[in-house]
Amino acid sequence: MSHDMSENLPEAHGASHGTEVVTHDDPFADPGLPAHEPRRTDIDERAAKRAERQVSLMFVVSMLATVGFIASYASIDADKLVYIFPLGKVSALNFALGMTLGVALFCIGAGAVHWARTLMSDHELPAERHPIEASDEVRNDVIEQFKTGAAESGFGRRKMIRNTLIGSMALVPLSGVVLLRDLGPLPEDKLMHTGWAEAKPAEPIRLVNMNTDQPMKPEDIIQGSLTFAKPHGLEESDEDFQQQIAKDALMLVRIAPEDIKDAKSRDKGFEGILAYSKICTHVGCPISLYEQQTHHALCPCHQSTFDLADGARVIFGPAGHPLPQLKITTDEQGFLVATGDFDEPVGPSYWERKR
Amino acid sequence: MSTASGTNSGASKPASTRAKPANKAEAAADWVDGRLGIYSLAKANLRKIFPDHWSFMLGEICLYSFIIIILTGVYLTLFFKPSMAETVYHGSYLPLNGIRMSEAYASTVNISFEVRGGLLIRQIHHWAALVFVAAMFVHMMRVFFTGAFRKPREINWLFGFLLLCLGFFDGFFGYSLPDDLLSGTGIRFMEGAILAVPIVGTYIQMFLFGGEFPGTDIIPRFFTIHVLLIPGIMLGLLVAHLILVFYHKHTQWAGPGKTEKNVVGMPLMPVYMAKAGGFFFLVFGIIAAMSAIATINPVWAYGPYRPDQVSTDAQPDWYMGFAEGLIRFMPGWEISVWGGHTLNLGVFIPLMIFPLVLVAIAVYPFIESWVTGDKREHHILDRPRNAPVRTALGAAWISLYLVLLAGGGNDLIATHLHMSINTITYFVRVGFFVVPVITFFVTKRWCLGLQRRDKDKVLHGRESGIIKRLPHGEFVEVHTPLSQADLHTLTSHEQPEPLELPAETDENGVARKAGVVAKTRTKLSEGFYGEGNQIAKPTSEEYLEITSGHGHH
Repeated sequence: MSHDMSENLPEAHGASHGTEVVTHDDPFADPGLPAHEPRRTDIDERAAKRAERQVSLMFVVSMLATVGFIASYASIDADKLVYIFPLGKVSALNFALGMTLGVALFCIGAGAVHWARTLMSDHELPAERHPIEASDEVRNDVIEQFKTGAAESGFGRRKMIRNTLIGSMALVPLSGVVLLRDLGPLPEDKLMHTGWAEAKPAEPIRLVNMNTDQPMKPEDIIQGSLTFAKPHGLEESDEDFQQQIAKDALMLVRIAPEDIKDAKSRDKGFEGILAYSKICTHVGCPISLYEQQTHHALCPCHQSTFDLADGARVIFGPAGHPLPQLKITTDEQGFLVATGDFDEPVGPSYWERKR
Repeated sequence: MSTASGTNSGASKPASTRAKPANKAEAAADWVDGRLGIYSLAKANLRKIFPDHWSFMLGEICLYSFIIIILTGVYLTLFFKPSMAETVYHGSYLPLNGIRMSEAYASTVNISFEVRGGLLIRQIHHWAALVFVAAMFVHMMRVFFTGAFRKPREINWLFGFLLLCLGFFDGFFGYSLPDDLLSGTGIRFMEGAILAVPIVGTYIQMFLFGGEFPGTDIIPRFFTIHVLLIPGIMLGLLVAHLILVFYHKHTQWAGPGKTEKNVVGMPLMPVYMAKAGGFFFLVFGIIAAMSAIATINPVWAYGPYRPDQVSTDAQPDWYMGFAEGLIRFMPGWEISVWGGHTLNLGVFIPLMIFPLVLVAIAVYPFIESWVTGDKREHHILDRPRNAPVRTALGAAWISLYLVLLAGGGNDLIATHLHMSINTITYFVRVGFFVVPVITFFVTKRWCLGLQRRDKDKVLHGRESGIIKRLPHGEFVEVHTPLSQADLHTLTSHEQPEPLELPAETDENGVARKAGVVAKTRTKLSEGFYGEGNQIAKPTSEEYLEITSGHGHH
């Protein structure tokens, strides 16, 4: 309330507490609803007119923004980029459409709220509440009606009808449950082995570099490097590629043989080249961060850390067991090959997995 | 109960008893009333009174963002192809040219680059989803900390809770649909979590995915769940939630003229029609502007999903962050049970704590009403300070949530603040147990301190900042006494008495042992309202004694 208007207020002269019934015996008693304090727009017609113009202005701005939206849609190319400070380069169309739509909507809202706050009545009114609970009379009446209904149905008396009805109602959803059977196959041993299972000592499968799509020789893998590999014959265009690569993906590292702490792991490798499953044993993220000095591999999803020099032992994080290691060797042409599957299932553990 | 046409007693001549309508609009309204009975409906609701407070509009944000999500979601279904069939991309986004991807991903990229305004609608959809869940959280906190969940509103609290949970999951499913590298990683995480379920895990996994991960069924199935199943249930719950809000009438803050038997505020028509209706446009406008300014989920930058690829800083949407934290800080416990079966506790325990964290908020109203033994209706809100234990429990829950959220973002904290990820994770492991306890006690003390301050204010008035020198040289600060309205507001809250155990012996002197349940209840009640857990509010006798006695203070 500004100074020049204050003398217009009916309650300006200390009368604002006038409605409070000061009960002397209880100073904390409820004095009742306070008197309504008029707003400037209630008592000054010029202020009310001004508020009216402001509300209309916002609605007009909204109309203009909608016109701007349609114009932007029609005139701006979808691939045009524009520099907007401080956002940087953004899609011109997205920015124009979003801002015009935003302004068009916001102004309707701002206009309506301003209208309500300045021009609509702000007299606070009380309304009575009634208890949610029904009166005893209604309650007893309803219970009586229910009992009459139940008795008329004979549900409690004719036990055979009741029991067979319960039986049929209990059985009928089974049809729905049975129908769900074909949602998917049974697990069987599907999670137990990978695409590498097709490798036999007599017919080994070559390891193919994921990036170059070429088989690799031991000398292609330098010490300290990290290489991703897949089995020979698995192509991106294969129908089941996603499903296969989710289990077959390999991570190859080369560690100086004397640095490999786990003898069994060293034997599975070839001249210090170790082939581990790339799929984290926690919940299946592909592991992709390798620290060559410490030989630690870190899963970027949940930070399980494996020591690849020590049989991929879990040294930190939520993974429950080491990464499975694939036994590798070389074929007659000197390419890296696998001669069989992993010894254990890859990826997250599950109930049927043997430890 | 009044009936629509019962006001005219001479109803023997049908349809002509009503006075001729004054204009076309009234005639139309009469026509509709004759079929739908709108007059009796409007009689109770057109001028329905709603109290005014900023915190009462938080629920509106939820409602409006939900409507925005539905509007934009319907638009997106016109262009999105929920299929995992492979295709090679040849669109206008050149970095992806020639790359194999699913139809789902390709169509999402097309919505972003080919469809004019498609990117905007996608971003509004995603931003609105984040706002929706955030608003539900804050709305629920408002209801919790003010005790608005008490009788008769417990059921509506449960409806709200279910909406929050369904909002979580629908957000997760929607996030999974584009089949980009990030969302696929989220689905993989879900698969791993399902596999950790003892005995039936592998079966659920095979049935859900239609075979081994990832298969080709999961996205079409998620699509149906995301656009039909969950939103359908949510819409039903939402309508029920709103009907109950109307039926119960809104809660209100204590104040002069406000009682448990009334509701003081302004009428739906016109004030709240304009304010609430206008607020829809404000929310929509702000979310549209956010979507113009801030990119969200740029799936084109992540690339299509491949199970053997991942990016760093992989994060779920914020509301799933606490689940992410649970899974990250848990030690990798894996044990062998029942002849070599694997029980992956490292994943299964978080999977079980996740619903427990949520259920804790769902059941709270029932626990509190059991502890207090209070069977009355409550329509006047509590100030959080006047329910110190409740407020402290709520704060502890939030602190737990935040600890887990930090745990879920441990990689981001590590890279942005140059901290060791191991240290952060160890902190979260300890903090999970310690931080909520500390928060509980700090919050409780804080509330009690505020209660003391209120008491002080009531008895001694407000500090005026005026220093007065008395004739004998003493300096005193003048305190302005509060108005009766303020005195009433600050003292109108109830202070429940703790429950007491029934006497050890009954009236005949026979020993009567209290059961464990009764003892627990008494103990809890003592913890809620016993000595030291609330500050006795000032009485009018104290007030009169102080104010009548001596002039100053």
